[in-house]
Amino acid sequence: MNPILFACTRKGLFVLRKTDGIYAIAEHHFHGEPVTQFLVDPRDGAWYAALRMGHFGVKLRKSVDQGATWIELSCPALPKKPEIAPWAEDSTPWSVDLIWAFSLAGTEAGELWAGTMPAAMFRSRDGGHSWRLCDSLWWNEKRLGWFGGGNDHPGLHSIVVDPRDPRHVTVAISCGGVWSTRDDGAHWSLIGSGMHAPFMPESEQFNPNTQDAHSLSQCAAAPDTMWVQHHHGCYRSNDGAQTFTRLTAPTETDFGFPIVADPANPLRAWVVPARADTYRYATDGAMHVARTDDGGISWQVFRKGLPQTHAYDLVYRHGIAITKDGKTLAMGSTTGGLWVSEDAGESWDEIDARLPPVAAVGFG
Amino acid sequence: MTFAPHLRRHVDCPPQVVAAATLRSALESALIAAPALRHYVFDEQHHIRKHVAVFLNGVLIRDRIRLDVPLSDGDKIDVIQALSGG
Repeated sequence: MNPILFACTRKGLFVLRKTDGIYAIAEHHFHGEPVTQFLVDPRDGAWYAALRMGHFGVKLRKSVDQGATWIELSCPALPKKPEIAPWAEDSTPWSVDLIWAFSLAGTEAGELWAGTMPAAMFRSRDGGHSWRLCDSLWWNEKRLGWFGGGNDHPGLHSIVVDPRDPRHVTVAISCGGVWSTRDDGAHWSLIGSGMHAPFMPESEQFNPNTQDAHSLSQCAAAPDTMWVQHHHGCYRSNDGAQTFTRLTAPTETDFGFPIVADPANPLRAWVVPARADTYRYATDGAMHVARTDDGGISWQVFRKGLPQTHAYDLVYRHGIAITKDGKTLAMGSTTGGLWVSEDAGESWDEIDARLPPVAAVGFG
Repeated sequence: MTFAPHLRRHVDCPPQVVAAATLRSALESALIAAPALRHYVFDEQHHIRKHVAVFLNGVLIRDRIRLDVPLSDGDKIDVIQALSGG
């Protein structure tokens, strides 16, 4: 069976299925509600959707029958805020505002990670029915040095799980750098040296704790290869995100939000360049995708099938995804465009729809 | 104690009469009938969500944190979705 393609949007979850060689919208769930993340657990077929209701907060829904029915799960929740230093002065609200990352965890069906804004990690071992905060990350005083990047508060948006050892997990935070755990979340270490934030005071520009990694992606076949699209540039690591090297700019800009690693080829990745910093759309309103095949030394730019005039689309950090076999990419934009490429990003077919703003796309 | 249709659309909770000395205890008592609604009304800090509004006898209660307003027999409490966001 072909994988589903899903798009999490400002007004619901869209599920697309491929018939006669073309992806088309098959289902629309949670009409009108912002959906921020969606995950399929292939180990038991369960679907998980994270909602961000404008009035009633974050909600989690689960389906075990491919969306025919949904049940409400408990949500990741932060503890009561202490009234003593240093936590009493923490300007971050101790309330989950957004589920910004979902990932499979462990080896058993129903083992999940969730990353949130404010930046925190949560673990479920029972199919999302209960969640446990990763205390050692939340109560780490380094967290008090984090700040929001484009949002009011820091958020944890990228989770990559080492296919060799699922207890080894690496996450990225805007703006809180890159962190990893090797014991399934019991302890966390700040890693990710080498990234540079030129807007910071000079002494802080290379501080790993405040880097704005917009997204982090891992090569499944070579898990020590990780890529970061940073607020200032594209980076690659070949030592499991311990250290990063800045790459050649894909175009005249190296700003953008998403980066996606090829699952098999550690030298290949895709980005969607955007004009920094206050513009946040493709240069000259002409959408394009850039791909490197040599580890970021050089890039090719692809435009075929993408709008080239007056296109003010931005692709968010979860707005591009690739199938596990590396053959198909999908991309969704803030203007509601949704495209599929079946030739490694060199040409794109637009889905026949005018969607709400797209927060995330993926295959399940 | 009445929860507005916008809340009952997600988790139903019919109007009910509860015995309570304060606004918070009235809300807590009412939500026993619909525990799943609690997360729609309160955040993790047990504060009323910023886009939910509580009225006591038709008067908006601006305090979202203490909720220690004393109640009298016959008081009417409405919990609504605040019209925010345009």
